[in-house]
Amino acid sequence: MKPVDHVAFSVQSLRSQPGRTLLILLAMAIGTAGVVVLTWLGEAARHYVIGQFQALGTNLVIVLPGRSETTGGAPPLLGETSRDLTLEDADALKRCPAVRRFAPVVVGGAVVGFGNRSRETVVLGSTSELLPVRRLEVATGRFLPEEHKSGGALCVLGAVVAAELFAQQNPVGEFVRVGDRRYRVAGVLAQGGVSLGTDLDEIVVLPVEEAQALFDSPGLFRVIVEATSKAAVPQAVAEVQRILTERHEGENDVTVITQDALATTFDGILKALTLAVAGIAAISLIVAGILIMNVMVVAVTQRRTEIGLLKALGAEAATVRQLFLGEALLLSLGGCGAGLVLGEAASRMLPHFAPVLQPGVPWWAAAAAGVVAVVCGIVFGTAPAARAARLDPVTALARR
Amino acid sequence: MIEHGSVVEHRRVIELRRVARVFEVGTEQVHALRDVDLRIGQGEYLSLMGPSGSGKSTLLHVLGLLDRPTGGQYLLHGKDVTALDEAEQARTRRLHIGFVFQAYHLVPRLTTAQNVALPLVLAEVPPAERRERTMAQLRAFGLLDRTNHLPDQLSGGQRQRVAIARATVTRPELLLADEPTGNLDRANGLEVVRILEQLHDDGITLIVVTHDQELGRRAHRQLRMDDGRLVGDVGEGLGPNPGPNSGGLRGQSEDGT
Repeated sequence: MKPVDHVAFSVQSLRSQPGRTLLILLAMAIGTAGVVVLTWLGEAARHYVIGQFQALGTNLVIVLPGRSETTGGAPPLLGETSRDLTLEDADALKRCPAVRRFAPVVVGGAVVGFGNRSRETVVLGSTSELLPVRRLEVATGRFLPEEHKSGGALCVLGAVVAAELFAQQNPVGEFVRVGDRRYRVAGVLAQGGVSLGTDLDEIVVLPVEEAQALFDSPGLFRVIVEATSKAAVPQAVAEVQRILTERHEGENDVTVITQDALATTFDGILKALTLAVAGIAAISLIVAGILIMNVMVVAVTQRRTEIGLLKALGAEAATVRQLFLGEALLLSLGGCGAGLVLGEAASRMLPHFAPVLQPGVPWWAAAAAGVVAVVCGIVFGTAPAARAARLDPVTALARR
Repeated sequence: MIEHGSVVEHRRVIELRRVARVFEVGTEQVHALRDVDLRIGQGEYLSLMGPSGSGKSTLLHVLGLLDRPTGGQYLLHGKDVTALDEAEQARTRRLHIGFVFQAYHLVPRLTTAQNVALPLVLAEVPPAERRERTMAQLRAFGLLDRTNHLPDQLSGGQRQRVAIARATVTRPELLLADEPTGNLDRANGLEVVRILEQLHDDGITLIVVTHDQELGRRAHRQLRMDDGRLVGDVGEGLGPNPGPNSGGLRGQSEDGT
């Protein structure tokens, strides 16, 4: 039998059972669409997180006080962090040639008020360098002045905080209460959205010494260091570690992480998640494959006389096998095609409702779904097809 | 008889030597065929009769290579076909043997033309030639106005005509009919018999299995079977029907191509 006739014969056979064929196609399509859409979602989430890291600023090295490590001897019962990371430590980093700039950060919570309105909010103590390091933008007024030591009682409000405290009024130049102190508003940050869980619209930025005094803590939450270039990041890490070890009497008690390492970790986690979710969705493809097998087994039983007839007319066992395998393949391929269209459509529709998602199914997900569908068709079509091929024409024709 | 020796040998289509077919039914052995010896010449018209279970259908299936004998030899055109593998047997069926069944066995989703063309599709005949030969066949069998009908839109007699047209579209030398009129009324049955006899007149070797005494007696040679044995062979040696008949069905179909 020639391939063209083969396909025509199989298509005609499938069309003679439209209800059953459509149901199988639907099952296969849902399975394929599931794999494709979930893979796409995973990928979109990964791109989103990577994008967030990039929005954070580039070539960043983050210095945290304390260090978790495994050492010999008794477990450290009396606190792991021996020394605070201080403002002086941070200032010492100016000496590093690989460091372009840095921003010390102190974080705490305080009540911010203006007039009779007040709210609890996150207070960030830092310097003027925070603006370029974190890629922030100022909407009105100015950020903290560069001479932070003489900066005095100035503060910068996040967009939401400003709107809530001042409504339509321009906050620049007004005094707000932060805790038990008063600060003049220097400026308001532009609406920046959420960056790694910190809503930058809902913060108040104070000069770092003011924040330290407010929270009565000499230690820094972290120091964000920007290296001169991506290539200089490892050098910056080494220099930061060396200087801080020196300053901490030879003890390396800070943790230095790079933005790259963080991003790579998240990248890996999200990739694994994507694969896991796609794998779960692939189970539905296998279920669809079993449905195909079921339908083909029924077809072989129902079409016994036809198989006997084909053999009587001179069809070889191999031809009969190919005919039934062909039908299984047509079902799986047809369903897969429909599923890909469905998945692609979903990946173009959904971003209208969730704009953070990038539209477009990754090509490798579509290709993988196609391969799984074909393998499904072959694996689950083989047994029924072999059964059809084995059928004895005499017994097949004897039954009415 | 004017033929002698090698000429007769050459014209012998079928030769069965002590052919046996034993079925295993549970622990019991059923002897459907016991040492059947049979020679059939080119262009003979045979009927095969006997009670139910006498083995006549099994013999027909063995002759048509649908069933393998468990003993003995089957020579088709002088070649031992019992030794052929499955694919070669299928090829032999495709090119040399046509089947007609009591239940017609048309493929229900295929039109008349598609059913008739099925053997040509299996034999990988090119589409243009396939179409021509199918149409010629439909014309010869008076089925042109039923070309695009599905089997369930046809009467029994028409269905059997389609089945015969399908069985002979590849121009086989051997036509095997298993109770071809069994599902038909008298008038339609007679028409089908006439068509088969017309094909025989055109040179085909025709073997008809039947219960119908009247139909059986129309054949030039009548075989009787009982309990797996050939018990009667009336008319052997009368030889094939005289000379080719140019006005026959096969002649027409060949004119059409």
